[in-house]
Amino acid sequence: MTRDEIFSKIQAVLVDALAVDDDEVQMNAILTKDLGAESIDFLDIVFKLEQAFAIKIAQGELFPEGVSQDPEYVKDGLVTPKGLAAMKVRMPHANFTALEQDPQVRKVAEIFTVEVLVRFVEAKLAAK
Amino acid sequence: MRWMWIDRIVQLVPRERLVAIKNISLAEEHLHDHFAATDDLPAMPIMPACFIIEGMAQTAGILVGHAEGFREKVILAKVSKAELTEDAVPGFTLRYTATMEHFDAMGASTRGVVELLDPGGTTSARQIGAIDLMFSHIDQNMAGTQFPEHNFVFSESFRTLLRMSGVTDQGV
Repeated sequence: MTRDEIFSKIQAVLVDALAVDDDEVQMNAILTKDLGAESIDFLDIVFKLEQAFAIKIAQGELFPEGVSQDPEYVKDGLVTPKGLAAMKVRMPHANFTALEQDPQVRKVAEIFTVEVLVRFVEAKLAAK
Repeated sequence: MRWMWIDRIVQLVPRERLVAIKNISLAEEHLHDHFAATDDLPAMPIMPACFIIEGMAQTAGILVGHAEGFREKVILAKVSKAELTEDAVPGFTLRYTATMEHFDAMGASTRGVVELLDPGGTTSARQIGAIDLMFSHIDQNMAGTQFPEHNFVFSESFRTLLRMSGVTDQGV
C-alpha cells in the first residue's frame, strides 16, 4: 500500500470518528487541537484503524497510557527528560519537536498529528 | 421512577447480538410534558429521542457487559451516530437490536437498529432508526483514574431485568 493510499484510508477513519470534513484532515493537523479529538475518540480511532488496515494495535501502542501518573515522567506539570526519553522509545512514530520546546504535560496529546498516524500504520504494515 | 428504558431482553447471543423491547406507555409521567397542550395545539405524547438512545445504550451496554460476566464497569462513552426517522408514541413497542462491532479490554463499539412494532396490528413493524455507540471499560481507562471497586453500573434494576428475561451465561 502506498503512502497516499494509507493517508486516504486514515482520512476516511478520521472523518468518521471525529465528524470533520475531508479537507480538514491534512498531514500536519493535530488530532486534538485541530480536529477536536477527545480521549474517547482515541479509542474509536484505534478500533477503526484496526478494521481499516487489518492490523492489531495493543493497548498503549499508538496512544500512551499512564504517562501523567508516573512521578518519574511528570513533575510540576512538565514532562521530565526521563519522561520524554521513555515516550520516544514507546512511540517512535510520534513527533516530539513541539513538546521538547514546551514540555507541558497538557500538551502531550499534541504530538499526535495525522502524519504520525500514517507513519504508525506504515510501520505496522511493513512488519506484517 | 427507575431508570429502565428497556422492559425485556428477547434474545442474547453472547458477544454478538442482543435484542430488547420497550413498551411505550401513557403511564410514563414525562410523556405528558412531551408535549403538553398549548393554547393552539392539543397534547402530543411522544417518546423523547434521548430516551430512545438511552434504550439502545442499555441494550448494547448489557451486550458488552455480559461479554465479561458483568465484571467490567461498562459506560456509554460516545454516540457515534443516532438517526431517527419517525416518532414513537404510546401503545407501540420499540425493538432494539444491538450487534457487537468491536470488543477489547479497553471497551467496545456497537451498531444498532431501532424498530417500531404495533401490538394493535394496524401497521407493520418497521425500522425507524439506527444508533451506533462506543462504550468504555472505565477501569481500563488511559489516564489511570481509579474508580470504586463495586460495579455501580449494573445495578439491582438491571439484575432484575436479566433474571426476568431468563438471561444466563449462555445468553437467551
